[in-house]
Amino acid sequence: MKWEIRKGLKYTKTHEWADFADDLVTVGITDYAQDMLKDVVYVELPEVGREARVGESLVVLESVKAVSDLYAPVDGAVSAVNEALLDQPELLNEDPYGTWVVKIKVKAGGAAPDLLEEGDYAALVKEEADQ
Amino acid sequence: MSKEQALLFELGAPGRRGYSLPQLDLPEKPVDELLPEEMQRKTGLDLPEVSEGELVRHYTALSTRNHGVDSGFYPLGSCTMKYNPKINEETARLPGFAFLHPCQPVESVQGALELLHRAELYLNEVTGMERTTFQPAAGAHGELTGMMLIRAYHRSRNDERKIVLAPDSSHGTNPASAAMTGYEIKEIPSDKRGLVDLGALRETLNEDVAALMLTNPNTLGLFEEDILEIAAAVHDVGGLLYYDGANLNAIMGHARPGDMGFDVVHLNLHKTFSTPHGGGGPGSGPVGVKEHLAPFLPLPLVERGEKGFYWKDDLPLSIGRVQGFYGNFGVVVKAYTYLVMMGAAGLRRAAADAVLNANYLAQRLKKSYALPYDRLCKHEFVISARKQKKKGVSAADIAKALLDYGFHPPTVYFPLIVEEALMVEPTETESKETLDRFAGALEEIARLAEEEPERVTAAPHTTPVGRLDEVGAARNPRVCFEGDE
Amino acid sequence: MSGGRHYLPLTGAERREMLAAIGVDSAGQLFDELPPAIRLQEGLELPPPLSEMEALAHLGELAAKNRHLREYPSYLGAGVYDHFIPSVVAHITGRSEFYTAYTPYQAEISQGVLQSIFEYQTMICRLTGMEAANASLYDGATALAEAAVAACGVTRRRRVLVSRAVNPYYRRVLQSYMEARDFAVEEVPLVEGKTDYTKLEAMCDQNTAALLLQQPNFFGLLEEMNGPAERVHRHGALLVLSADPISLALCRAPAEYGSDIVTGEGQVLGNPPSFGGPLLGFFAARKKLLRRIPGRIAGETKDSEGRRGFVLTLQTREQHIRRERAASNICSNQALNALAAAVYLAALGPAGLREAAGHCLQKAAYTREKITALQGFEQAFAGPHFKEFAVKLPGSAKDLNRYLLEHKIIGGFDLEPHYPELGPAMLFCVTETKTKAQLDDLAGVLEGWS
Repeated sequence: MKWEIRKGLKYTKTHEWADFADDLVTVGITDYAQDMLKDVVYVELPEVGREARVGESLVVLESVKAVSDLYAPVDGAVSAVNEALLDQPELLNEDPYGTWVVKIKVKAGGAAPDLLEEGDYAALVKEEADQ
Repeated sequence: MSKEQALLFELGAPGRRGYSLPQLDLPEKPVDELLPEEMQRKTGLDLPEVSEGELVRHYTALSTRNHGVDSGFYPLGSCTMKYNPKINEETARLPGFAFLHPCQPVESVQGALELLHRAELYLNEVTGMERTTFQPAAGAHGELTGMMLIRAYHRSRNDERKIVLAPDSSHGTNPASAAMTGYEIKEIPSDKRGLVDLGALRETLNEDVAALMLTNPNTLGLFEEDILEIAAAVHDVGGLLYYDGANLNAIMGHARPGDMGFDVVHLNLHKTFSTPHGGGGPGSGPVGVKEHLAPFLPLPLVERGEKGFYWKDDLPLSIGRVQGFYGNFGVVVKAYTYLVMMGAAGLRRAAADAVLNANYLAQRLKKSYALPYDRLCKHEFVISARKQKKKGVSAADIAKALLDYGFHPPTVYFPLIVEEALMVEPTETESKETLDRFAGALEEIARLAEEEPERVTAAPHTTPVGRLDEVGAARNPRVCFEGDE
Repeated sequence: MSGGRHYLPLTGAERREMLAAIGVDSAGQLFDELPPAIRLQEGLELPPPLSEMEALAHLGELAAKNRHLREYPSYLGAGVYDHFIPSVVAHITGRSEFYTAYTPYQAEISQGVLQSIFEYQTMICRLTGMEAANASLYDGATALAEAAVAACGVTRRRRVLVSRAVNPYYRRVLQSYMEARDFAVEEVPLVEGKTDYTKLEAMCDQNTAALLLQQPNFFGLLEEMNGPAERVHRHGALLVLSADPISLALCRAPAEYGSDIVTGEGQVLGNPPSFGGPLLGFFAARKKLLRRIPGRIAGETKDSEGRRGFVLTLQTREQHIRRERAASNICSNQALNALAAAVYLAALGPAGLREAAGHCLQKAAYTREKITALQGFEQAFAGPHFKEFAVKLPGSAKDLNRYLLEHKIIGGFDLEPHYPELGPAMLFCVTETKTKAQLDDLAGVLEGWS
């Protein structure tokens, strides 16, 4: 497959990756997502402290002629945003797995996240790409 | 390859000017006496300093770097880039129209009010509506006005509705206009025919639906032939039907939105009624309504009384004003000129020729491009570059390649439901030779896409500039010249 | 015979050939999918078509029923103004490569329009002191309303304050735009014809998105601008201005007193009054608000060979991409009027614009003195004025205007319907277009009114 899917991460059906460490989850977009979006030109980040709910748009990613959302993979609160993206949105294209977008502190007892393992995500990408 | 054209700020010299005023002919007071020192400008005023001749050469040079309908074919889908008659420019510039102030006493502007009144009667007849306001300055402004009217109508009946429906093929202005009036938008899918999926519509309709916004013919250029069923279904739940007039050129004189069951329409005088697009505007977006919506129209309306025409300002249910005065009057003068010259048969003939030109081109082009909805179209049609895309040639590449043949490309990547879409609207004012040359160019590009795709993807080669870096422009926006600072 | 045949090139033979190529027998069949119930059998009921000669005569007759500003001196302002327009403006906007083009989506063949917009944006930035401007909005009224909506978006608040000294028509448009979104508008009262800033203490709080002011205000008075920015910024609200661009040649640039968004009516820059439209809304803002600006924006970039070129940029703000989440629904704007404004500003240059503004200032002051020296005519408000001033009248403005019209003068704006607290009052506007003889004549005619 043309797109990298990195081991050890969880994935969403909306093409975010999520890296869990205790109750903190680091979120970014996948290689496939950045390739579909093409050159990212602007990232609209949420305020730190903002409440996140599964499936809710947290971040707006803009390319020249498209807008897409980054959706929260878990319930919680935004604990950090990657401000480097304000000046260098191209980092998302250059190194999607090395470039995090937001960190969320997971809320205890929140909605059960619907996350995919890498194999299932690879199948999803293949299916979408074939359409 | 051509050179850059210097910016105005890089031309001229300090002290030059392109303007003269008479000497002040009354006793001059010290400025400080009229304008306290602390209210005076401190910042420099860094405007260009050029002579009139330099100014004219600058803009003449810029004009040669621009393509208009007068330069060549401009088949931009959904924009109706028809020929703009020269008489329109002349009538709108008559001092008796151009040099009127909107607040003059009505007895001094009877001719202007009469023109608005007559233009309203013409458009009421063309659309099948009861009343028309000229206040909206453009199509999207008309949509906003229409949505405000719909909201005011429902509210007057103590009926708070939250949802506006639009097909997935709709213009982007439709959801944006509905959102500006606080409505939630729901998309109705298109069916295999490319028309509104009636079943899906019926399932979505309920008493929370304020309106359905529809373009007919739609953005695929197809007539919504179930329109009477659609209208009945929307009206059955108490919703209203909104007509986006962007594509009226296809049917004027053949059918009327009012007869189809639409309650509100907006028109684009700069599309259907031949007024020029001005490099982006001004347009004019009159809104017509059926009787039940007339009480909510923006202020004021032109009325005819015993002593002549006057402004009617006492409409207690009116949505208020949407523009400072009465809309783009100068544009209405142009459209009115067109209407009186075309007459009923002329409008009908224009629509028929627009449809003929579109079908002729579509049938020829389907041999080299995919035509996803191969049926009788109206004034425009959508082909897809999906075959070419397999060779690495996109709709955008084809658009750029057309520039080298001297044509303005069609609308690309719209409607969103067709992949690699190229939306072609030839209009009635193009000759058969032009259509044939255009088809020939597209056929040659299709051949190149097969044989030498890199020649297409590297286009254009003959334009004043090559492909521009839009990514750089968006990442590091420079929207104002900062000079050498 | 059908009208407009000279716009329709297809011949009968070509139509038949093309119909055959499509595989239908008649033009009528092209409309066969229309339900019979709605298909028009009879033609529309419209008057018979006119030839070009007849149409010119007809339009000429309608125009001749109007008394225009080149015929009668006019003292109307109130948002639309009679300034001198150099001939060069119409000659450039009359080049059909500009006026028959549409929005410059295809940048490679639209560099003329794109560069002219970029130059226009730059001039608007330089006049206002702002860092970003758009390609135009419909008019000054909608520009102010869009600014209020943008302010609500930035601050995520739902209420704006607007001075009662803002043009009443603008306030009416603002009301429509805000009501549509269920946003609130509150009016800041006046004292001596100017915004009463002392009321801001109570009115401006953490729910306020913006304070909207006009400069010079609707009565032509210059508002004191040292106070408001600090007062609204303290609560996280924005200062939004509607400014007369010609006044900015002499008056403080809005950036100098902390404005966040500056809008206004650009008709004054080279566009005829045209019965109130097409006008030109300009919109400029601080760079940090760049992505909240509605409408088209041209940006500088490079082409594949490294040459400077221009494109429409930040398009993701706009309706054709962001649809229901767009900054505004605006699509067509007033590009040709913006072109006129750019040509006008370049023709005048800094010296010419200062001179034109200076003449307005001097001539308005002269007229104000003359009129208020007359028995029964009283200056409504003291303080520095630019080109307009309000006068309390000894009788109704409507009657006065009828009387002036009989004397071939178009009088001022009737203030009473909008400001009943003033009683009979008129807003006079005097620009550089008036001569001393005309102004003396006006005073003479007014003196004879009883």
